[in-house]
Amino acid sequence: MSIDASRLPRRSTAPARAGATVKWVVIGVGVLVAVVPFLWMLSVSFRTERDLFQNPASLIPQTWSLHGYLGVWEQLPFLRLVLNTVIFAGVTTLLTLVLDSLCAYALARMRFRGRNIAFIIVIATLMVPFQVTLIPVFIELYHLGWLNTYQGLIIPRATSAFGIFLLRQSFMSIPIELDEAARIDGAGHFRIYRQVILPLSKPALATVALLNFMALWNDLLWPLIVTSTPEMRTLPAGLTLFGGAHVTDHAVLLAGATISLLPLAIAFFLAQRFFVAGVATTGLK
Amino acid sequence: MTVGTPVRVEGGAAPSATRAAPARPRPRRRIRWQPAWLFMAPSLAILGVFVIYPIIVSFWYSLHDWTIGAAVQPFVGLGNYVALTKDPQFWNALVNTLELTVVSVGVLIVLGLALAIGLLRDSVVTKVVRSAFFFPTIVSLTSIGLVWRFLLDPQLGLVAGVSQALGSPAVDWLQSTSLALPAVIFVDIWKNLGFVMIILLGGLKGVPAERFEAGRLDGAGDWQLVRYITLPSIRPTLLFATLILTIQSLQLFDLVYVMTGGGPLFATDTLVTEVFREGFVNYRTGYASAISWVLFALIMLISLIQLRIFRYDDVD
Repeated sequence: MSIDASRLPRRSTAPARAGATVKWVVIGVGVLVAVVPFLWMLSVSFRTERDLFQNPASLIPQTWSLHGYLGVWEQLPFLRLVLNTVIFAGVTTLLTLVLDSLCAYALARMRFRGRNIAFIIVIATLMVPFQVTLIPVFIELYHLGWLNTYQGLIIPRATSAFGIFLLRQSFMSIPIELDEAARIDGAGHFRIYRQVILPLSKPALATVALLNFMALWNDLLWPLIVTSTPEMRTLPAGLTLFGGAHVTDHAVLLAGATISLLPLAIAFFLAQRFFVAGVATTGLK
Repeated sequence: MTVGTPVRVEGGAAPSATRAAPARPRPRRRIRWQPAWLFMAPSLAILGVFVIYPIIVSFWYSLHDWTIGAAVQPFVGLGNYVALTKDPQFWNALVNTLELTVVSVGVLIVLGLALAIGLLRDSVVTKVVRSAFFFPTIVSLTSIGLVWRFLLDPQLGLVAGVSQALGSPAVDWLQSTSLALPAVIFVDIWKNLGFVMIILLGGLKGVPAERFEAGRLDGAGDWQLVRYITLPSIRPTLLFATLILTIQSLQLFDLVYVMTGGGPLFATDTLVTEVFREGFVNYRTGYASAISWVLFALIMLISLIQLRIFRYDDVD
């Protein structure tokens, strides 16, 4: 057969086949190590504390119990945590999309004095570790009276230099002739931005939205510092506090962790390729 | 930079003045650059107030014996930085951070590359396997930290359960001063492996297949192909992956905070957990700011190396 000709150089000798077997055994073990912690988490969230202590080697509950999922709502202001996380991650992502795309439009499409400096300043902030600004921002929020409020959580994170950078690159790849055609038709900058550039940049906008939403949904340090009462915590910060000193019921805590990763997990299984491509763009920086 | 913004916006009144003198040669140029600052104003204002100004203030704090809420904040110059050099806890955190970074980045690059090469061909199996490895990337470090804290628990964790079933004693990983840091490093690697794999896979896919075929025809073995064709071809991707991982590792907080809280006996303390403790538990604002500036300097150094290496590549 002609197909085999292309495979000829590959030696399918016995040692090569043994090599392939070893490779797949190693990868198989790797997959187990990658997946079992999540299966175990799911399993523990349905197990009773006694079952867990008696059969620590088991992955499957002796008896299935829903008390973890019920306890989460009773022992934590869990609905508030979910709501806070949705508000924090959702509103911040929306704001970031609007503000970043406006800023990126100016940097990509408008000619003005100081454009290079503005761009360099934006890029320079990317190099600053967030932890350096943490304490001064905390003190600023204190003086503004924004600690433990939604605006305190949201406003300082409502723009992202990386998003501006990514969108600027994307906007610059759109042919300038489209702008010029729109301008001849009498469109101003804002209309060009809204009716020409944004519709053509949906993939880039989606990437920025995904990366931001994921980072905010999962963030711990920022909500931990800005909020102080359980009612204002997000899921990661709430779970950390709850799981801090001594855990009385592991099922409850892991049920909380399961629920908190559920939205992203579902989205991941529905749009896997999109997630992978989005995360890979961080590699294109 | 934020100060500049309102000034420009006020300039918006200018067009009416221009209209009064239509003979002016290039009125269009003025109208063109003014709205740009309006477009950028919100982002620049936020970056200015919540990033740029705080950077400067943070350095200012680090020069003082600053305590949140104290009446006097005495100026100490570089006193905090000098004190850092004599503080065993700071050295401990720095060494932990560096150890964590070097080990996890090294292992991640090697394992990630091996995985990417092993899973390069597209098939149903490789796609499923890739997603399995990638999945931890989208999960919060908080959830991952919690799960692993319990997995490694000597009484109820699966790890101890299985090792006891196999006849070896249960180990209390996270309560041991010698094993806690390796355990945290392991979980960090476990979490990031899929991320590295995806980035390197992107690099590998960009290498033209003819290069491998040419190598094959010249009689190169598998190992020689990797060494002489794969590695040089994806050098920029490798460098990038190394540097982004390094920067992330230097800033590790969530995992340590959830798994060990920096303990036992500061065995897993990192620079950022120390900043958090000094700044938000002990309220030693100035001291914590100084630590964060050391972190900043480390990261700047690495970013500059990154820029230089990439520029060097362009010249090639």
